[in-house]
Amino acid sequence: MKITIASGKGGTGKSTVAANLAYTLARSCEVVLVDCDVEEPDLHLFFPASAVDVPVTTPVPEIDPARCTLCGECGKFCHFGALSVLKDRVLIFPELCHSCGGCVLVCPQGAVREVPRTVGRVACSRPLPALTLISGVLNEGEVQAPTVIKAAKMLAEGHPLTLYDASPGIACPVIETLEGSDVCVLVTESTPFGLHDLRLAAEVAERVGIPAGVVINRSDGQDEATLGFCRERGLPILMTIPFSREIAAVQNRGGLICRDLPGWEERFTGLFSEIVKIAGVSL
Amino acid sequence: MKVCITARAAGTDAPVEQRFGRAPYFVFVDTETGKSESVENPLVDAAGGVGPRVAQLLAEHGAAVLITGQVGGNAARALEAGGVKAYAYRGSGSVADALAECTAGTLQPLSLS
Repeated sequence: MKITIASGKGGTGKSTVAANLAYTLARSCEVVLVDCDVEEPDLHLFFPASAVDVPVTTPVPEIDPARCTLCGECGKFCHFGALSVLKDRVLIFPELCHSCGGCVLVCPQGAVREVPRTVGRVACSRPLPALTLISGVLNEGEVQAPTVIKAAKMLAEGHPLTLYDASPGIACPVIETLEGSDVCVLVTESTPFGLHDLRLAAEVAERVGIPAGVVINRSDGQDEATLGFCRERGLPILMTIPFSREIAAVQNRGGLICRDLPGWEERFTGLFSEIVKIAGVSL
Repeated sequence: MKVCITARAAGTDAPVEQRFGRAPYFVFVDTETGKSESVENPLVDAAGGVGPRVAQLLAEHGAAVLITGQVGGNAARALEAGGVKAYAYRGSGSVADALAECTAGTLQPLSLS
């Protein structure tokens, strides 16, 4: 089973939920936790361990000046401005390239070929006997988050139970993470911003066709607006985590509430049972 | 020599646009004949990578000089490689005003690197 943990709004507690759920499940079975928030991966902070890095590359164009006639077709075709055909040469902006391969196809001279360019890496570690952590890391200044997410997910393939921790927002990286998931856990907080972005994230999950449920984090007990929205949209509340100084203290020192606070391992086990119910698939 | 001025509308009376890649119009003026041609920017709402693509548009129109408010890094690289000299106009005048200042030599070159 593949579970995506997403949120819309940033800072609602995706990583907290993902890390605690992974730890709890790894007590009884093999789990792979994939950090798909490749612009700012943070799950390794909960699970320090030495990692093996695998580079992630993406194909970018290279021009053979001997064949190029400066006809301009590649530059006209590229929607991303990765090729500027000037009077005497073609200028390539590799960081703008989305690796669609179109320039290779449209070149009438066969003067464009693709060469790999490193945009990030995937770090693999084994922090617990039954837990594998796979973190996607996008290099600074790069924009191709989905390429790194795809690579991280590919390394996790073949495992029976995988958790994907998505990035905030609802753009390409989140959709890339959601692809192929069986179920989506949406983590929200009971603030107007939390609800606003939950609305968007729920719509994305629905469009991608993935059953979803909600975890309310930092609840002050006044979650009527969120509860009302979830009722209206048929989104089950899978778990509520209260706004508590004790929880924040554990979290702030990189701890796990399911390990460091009594009663929480059971509650995360309960969360998993709820997830299984809405996923409609078993392990 | 052809000069390109970024503008908010067509014609030499149009106000100068400060942005380069997202300028609604490019007014090309041939300083020898005084003739001008206004080109609507097809990339005004494009998602990204606009700078280098607009630099290519300038190259296609044979512009040797650019007058605009400012340019981004990728556009600067493409302009420099294409041998286009860029000058900064930060006033609120028209295309004709900016061109007159450029001809008078009072505009500062935009540092491209």
